[in-house]
Amino acid sequence: MADSTGIPEPDWRDPKRYYWLLGLFIPAFPFIAWGLVAATGQGLFWWTGIVLLYVVFPVIDQLIGKDADNPPKSALAWLERDRYYRWCTYLYLPLQYAGLVLGCWLLTRGGLGTADRIGLTVTLGGVAGIGINTAHELGHKKERLERRLSKVALAQTLYGHFFIEHNRGHHVRVATPEDPASARLGESFWRFLPRTVYGSLRSAWGLERRRLERRGKSPWSLRNDVLNAWAMSLVLFGALVAAFGIEVLPYLLAQAVFGFSLLEVINYTEHYGLLRARTPSGRYERCAPRHSWNSNNVASNVFLYHLQRHSDHHANPTRRYQALRHCDEAPELPTGYAGMIVLAYFPPLWRRVMDHRVRAHYDGDLTRANVHPGKRDRYGVTA
Amino acid sequence: MSRHRCPVCDFVYDEASGAPREGFPAGTPWSGVPDDWPCPDCGVREKADFEELTA
Repeated sequence: MADSTGIPEPDWRDPKRYYWLLGLFIPAFPFIAWGLVAATGQGLFWWTGIVLLYVVFPVIDQLIGKDADNPPKSALAWLERDRYYRWCTYLYLPLQYAGLVLGCWLLTRGGLGTADRIGLTVTLGGVAGIGINTAHELGHKKERLERRLSKVALAQTLYGHFFIEHNRGHHVRVATPEDPASARLGESFWRFLPRTVYGSLRSAWGLERRRLERRGKSPWSLRNDVLNAWAMSLVLFGALVAAFGIEVLPYLLAQAVFGFSLLEVINYTEHYGLLRARTPSGRYERCAPRHSWNSNNVASNVFLYHLQRHSDHHANPTRRYQALRHCDEAPELPTGYAGMIVLAYFPPLWRRVMDHRVRAHYDGDLTRANVHPGKRDRYGVTA
Repeated sequence: MSRHRCPVCDFVYDEASGAPREGFPAGTPWSGVPDDWPCPDCGVREKADFEELTA
C-alpha cells in the first residue's frame, strides 16, 4: 500500500506509536491535581505536577530502563509523513491552555490557602515548561502552521524568543563557549541559569535586528518575531487578567519563571562540558554525535518526544521526533533527563555524577572540553 | 542564475527568487549573501557548506 505521496508503507510496525499519546498526560496535570484534591480533600495534591516530574518520573525511568531500537532507514520517510504523530503534539496546546484557564479560576475563585496556591502555580509552570519542549518540536519544522503553533505554546512562559534563538543561535553555536545555552564543565546550574536566560534573549534580539536591517527595516515593529511572539504573551496575560482580575498576575508571572527555568535545566544537561574543536580554517568543526548527551530511557523519551536522542536532533534538526535515531557514538547519560534535572539542582551531586564522565569522554584530556573559565585551575586546565 | 542547497535539510537558495524574509530580495546573487549566514531552516550549516546545484 502507498499513501498519496507514493511512499510505500514499510513492512515494519512502530512499537512506540501509541505511547506518544502519553505526552498528553503532562498538560493534564492541573486537571489531575484538581480531581485528586476533590476526591481526597488533601491540599497537598495541588503539588501533583511537580511530584510527578521530580519524583515519580525519575523512578519510572529507572524501572522501565533503556531502549536503543531504531526504526529502519527505509521506514523514516513513511514515519515522517504519517500525520497521526503531528496530532499527538498539536493536542498538547488546547490541553495546556485549558489547564491554565482552570488554574487561574482556581487561584482566584477556588478559596485556596497560600500553600495550595503555590503548589498549583508550580504545577501550572511544569506544564508550561514541558510545553516549551512541545514548542521546540513544532518550531523546527518547515511548515508554517507548526511554526505558528510553536509560538502559541511559548506564550505561557513569555519565552517566544526561544523559537528564534534556539533554531538560529543555539543550533549554530552548540557546544562552543559562544553558546549561552551550552553548559560548561564546572559551571553549576545556578550560574548557568542567568547566563542562558539573558544570553539567549540578547542573541534572539540581535538575530532579528540583523535580519530586519538587511531588509532596511527597523527592529521596532511586529515584523520582528521576538516582538510579535511577546505580543502574544501580552494578549494572553491581558485576557486572563481581564477575566480573573489583577490578583492573578503574580501567579501568571511565577508559573512563567518556573516554566522557563524548567526548560533551562533540561538545556543544562544536554551539552554539559562538551566542545567542538576548531578546524585549521578557524571555524568550529561540524556538530557531531559526540557533542550532545543522549539518553535512551524510554519513559523520559516518550514524555519529551525523543528529545534525548539529542545527537540525531542536532545532526538533523528538521527531522520529526518519531523518526529520531539512537547512535552508538553519542555519549549516554546514566539516567533520563527526568532524573538528571533533579541532580542538576544540587551542584555537588551533579559534579560527582557527570564530571568523571566528561573526563572519560575526552580520554582524560580536559583541554578538549568546554571548561568554565573560572574553574580551569580546578580541572587542571591551563589556558 | 545559480542555486545552492543546504547539505543537511535540502533548503535551496535560488538567486532568482532570493530569500526575501532573510533580507535577500529576488535576484540577490549568491556572492551577496554573507559567509556566516546559516541555513534558515536547520541552522546546522553555513553558506560555505552549501552545494551548488547544476541544472
